[in-house]
Amino acid sequence: MADVPENQIYTLHVNAQAREVHDAWVGESLLFVLRERLGLMGSKGACEQGECGSCSVLVDGDLVCSCLVLAAGAIGQRITTIEGIAPVGAPSDVQQAFVDAGAVQCGFCTPGLIMAAHSLLEHSPSPTELEIREELSGNICRCTGYGRIIDAVQRVSVARRAAGGADR
Amino acid sequence: MSVAADPATSAIVGRLGQSALRPDGVAKVQGSFQFSGDLSADGFLWGATLRSPHPYARIVSIDVSGAWRINGVEAVITASDVPGVPDYGLISQDQPVFARDVVRFQGEPVAAVAANHPDVCRRALDAIVVDYEVLDPLVDPERAIDGSHEPIHPEGNVVRHQRIVRGDQSIVGPITVEGTYELGMQDQAFLGLEAALAVPDPGGAGVELHVATQWLHEDRRQIAACLGLDEHRVRLVLGGVGGAFGAREDISLQVHSCLLALRTGRPVRMAYSRQESFLGHVHRHPCRIWMRHHADRDGRLLRVEARFVFDGGAYASTSSAVLLNGITHTQGPYRCENATVDGWAVRTNNLPCGAMRGFGVVQACFAHEAQMDKLAAAVGTNPLEIRLRNALTSGDRLITGQVIESVAPVARLIHELAAMPLPSEPVGGHDGNPMRLPGGAGLTADASHVVRGIGWAVSIKNLMYSEGFDDFSTARVRLADGVATVKFATAEVGQGFVTLAGQIARSVLGVDDVVLDRIDTDIGSAGSTSASRQTWMSGGAVDGACRLVRERLFELVGGRHGVDPLRLSIDGRDVVEEFGTLRVAVAEATSGIEIDETFEHHHRPTEDLDELGQGNCHTAFAFAAHRAVVDVDPELGLVKVVQVATVQDVGRALNPLSIVGQIEGGIAQGVGLAVMEEIIQTAGKVRNASFTDYLLPTFLDMPEVVIGLVEEPEPQAPLGAKGVGEPPTVSSTPAVVAAIRDALGKDLTRVPVRPGDIVF
Repeated sequence: MADVPENQIYTLHVNAQAREVHDAWVGESLLFVLRERLGLMGSKGACEQGECGSCSVLVDGDLVCSCLVLAAGAIGQRITTIEGIAPVGAPSDVQQAFVDAGAVQCGFCTPGLIMAAHSLLEHSPSPTELEIREELSGNICRCTGYGRIIDAVQRVSVARRAAGGADR
Repeated sequence: MSVAADPATSAIVGRLGQSALRPDGVAKVQGSFQFSGDLSADGFLWGATLRSPHPYARIVSIDVSGAWRINGVEAVITASDVPGVPDYGLISQDQPVFARDVVRFQGEPVAAVAANHPDVCRRALDAIVVDYEVLDPLVDPERAIDGSHEPIHPEGNVVRHQRIVRGDQSIVGPITVEGTYELGMQDQAFLGLEAALAVPDPGGAGVELHVATQWLHEDRRQIAACLGLDEHRVRLVLGGVGGAFGAREDISLQVHSCLLALRTGRPVRMAYSRQESFLGHVHRHPCRIWMRHHADRDGRLLRVEARFVFDGGAYASTSSAVLLNGITHTQGPYRCENATVDGWAVRTNNLPCGAMRGFGVVQACFAHEAQMDKLAAAVGTNPLEIRLRNALTSGDRLITGQVIESVAPVARLIHELAAMPLPSEPVGGHDGNPMRLPGGAGLTADASHVVRGIGWAVSIKNLMYSEGFDDFSTARVRLADGVATVKFATAEVGQGFVTLAGQIARSVLGVDDVVLDRIDTDIGSAGSTSASRQTWMSGGAVDGACRLVRERLFELVGGRHGVDPLRLSIDGRDVVEEFGTLRVAVAEATSGIEIDETFEHHHRPTEDLDELGQGNCHTAFAFAAHRAVVDVDPELGLVKVVQVATVQDVGRALNPLSIVGQIEGGIAQGVGLAVMEEIIQTAGKVRNASFTDYLLPTFLDMPEVVIGLVEEPEPQAPLGAKGVGEPPTVSSTPAVVAAIRDALGKDLTRVPVRPGDIVF
């Protein structure tokens, strides 16, 4: 971890941009800094102890709970949040599938699940249902009972395979 | 005027009956949807609450001077700073905004602070010195009834006692079955923690509160009273709601945040932590229920006896209504002429309890369904047959004397459920993946030792509010240039009313474009998003307002074209005359004009129960049936719920995808109560106020769900549709437990079923 004294300015690389963090106390979590210092409110805090996955972001490509990461510890790493997972205004295939499949109710867990689903499909393009359940089991949803979320992930997997087939 | 349109091209997407998509869906998947905790304002302060560490104690003194000495602290407030009524509450106002002389549960608010950083708030709370004289807490509900503990509240230890006495009290069946059942305290565990932004008006004349709640107007009533302000000085705006499930029906941080904002003259954000959320909202009532069923030799019910004890915790909240729901559903969806029921809702120093999905009926159903299985065994028949022999239907009388006027397809639900496919895979699945076994990734189970069981449960659930309460809903619809703008105060908590409102407007008015106005108190009340009531009540209000607008539209078009308005109707996007003499697009007809109508929907009146528990106290009913398949590791006491199949009485499926979401989500909460979820308290102290220690179903815990819908339109309902939110939670829990009993041949009487209940 970089040595950051209290209340100094430091820089995070978030969604392919260098973002200066001002006036931050060194003990602030990445989740807090993303939300309260950088205004990226898409990552949600629901348990603040790494149990629910609502705050999931990618750090150097790895899915992490941003509530468990010190912001100052992520200096020099590539951070991707829900705001950076797709171009502004154009939902990714995963995002669109969540809407179409009815995978969203209150939507509080949704940004974290979108990040987790992207990560899953990145390293496992054709997951079985059991793999989807296992891979996403770090993300809690209290509204949906998960059925439509599994459907959404499966839809993306099928569509990507079909698109890949068409390309060949 | 135009020629007849091709029906295929005139079809409007997103009408009633279609699986229309959520209008807020894209914002939610992109992370741009603003939840109440995401709201901010220039110059805001953070607010935080000091809570009692003791379940029951006298406050000797409070010294806040230490908090004031911390740099960045802008306000410190206690009970003496509440300018209006010092207590609040949904039914009776018995809960202090801040504890004054006594704290009655662990987590009761004692003081609040506002400061420039959450950590400054935390240090300020630490610096407040409260001298407590710890008292002996009342934690056993029976001691509240028998009077052996001193009153812990000026209003006494019994919140409500209600009997139901009907028919012949001397009837004793040739067959009797008896049991005592217990349910633990369940948490709603919505993901979006309590949060609000309070913005004071200049000079402190009023306040605007953006908050995640289930009922804006009821919040406003309570907040304004505590602030000592006229209601019109307090404006509420729905902040994005991250789930509710009953836990947002009561006040939590509303008054505190407004007080801090008015005191500092600056906007105040409050946001609970998860631990604070467990302490800071009401829960599902723990309940102990004794039941004895008397039946003839064929298992037909002759009389039901029951005693319910609901532990309401420290404050009344909705305990009296939860009790009513519990006892009036004693018989379940079964005919029974005679009843002797004794119900208690009591006060203890445990966490306060109030609304959670199923509201008292979850408790009753767990008991009556266990009893029906016992009865089946006693008369030598199976669980399905015993339920069919006793199944209620429309026109039958409940033990309150109320005649069921709702569609009541109980027998049909059972028949269709029995025909649903069972899991195709054996224990552990064809691939033998241990993740499918009880214990999952722990790799603790040997498939050859695992036992499978099947269980059944059926439920009746009242819809809307009861006992004379007029829980009306209001909607306003404006139609101009082919665009309908719909305004209501209905709390969208995730259930999808925002989707349905658009579907109604499109269907009734023949428009594609529906704009939903901000959800706030600038219109009449919508009542609460609870009791499975918003599709019926707010759906009825939007439908009513749209119909008024449509009437005016027909008058306008009729007048313009010299046609009797009564001969006009909407076809696709057009106003048409019944003999085809006229067809004009709605957009064209409303060009440059505005039609604006407001409508209040009221359901039919209900009555209080009398002393013997008789009266037409409920509005309407919905029914559901569940079948659960479980795999149990009897050695370690672990359960894997494999499948839950359900058939539900929905009246009319207005949005099938949305109904599936409600059913799957409701079953998840029912499964959670069956095998995982319980807030554990020892002498009133909470042991597991975190997501590490309070276990919620994950992707791996949720079974396959198989769903069938019974659509028999409900004549009383404005759109023919019944509410669908609660029934899935009501009978899924007893079905899962019945399946575990079936696997083990063991008499399980308590939920959640714990490993020790299975092994020992």
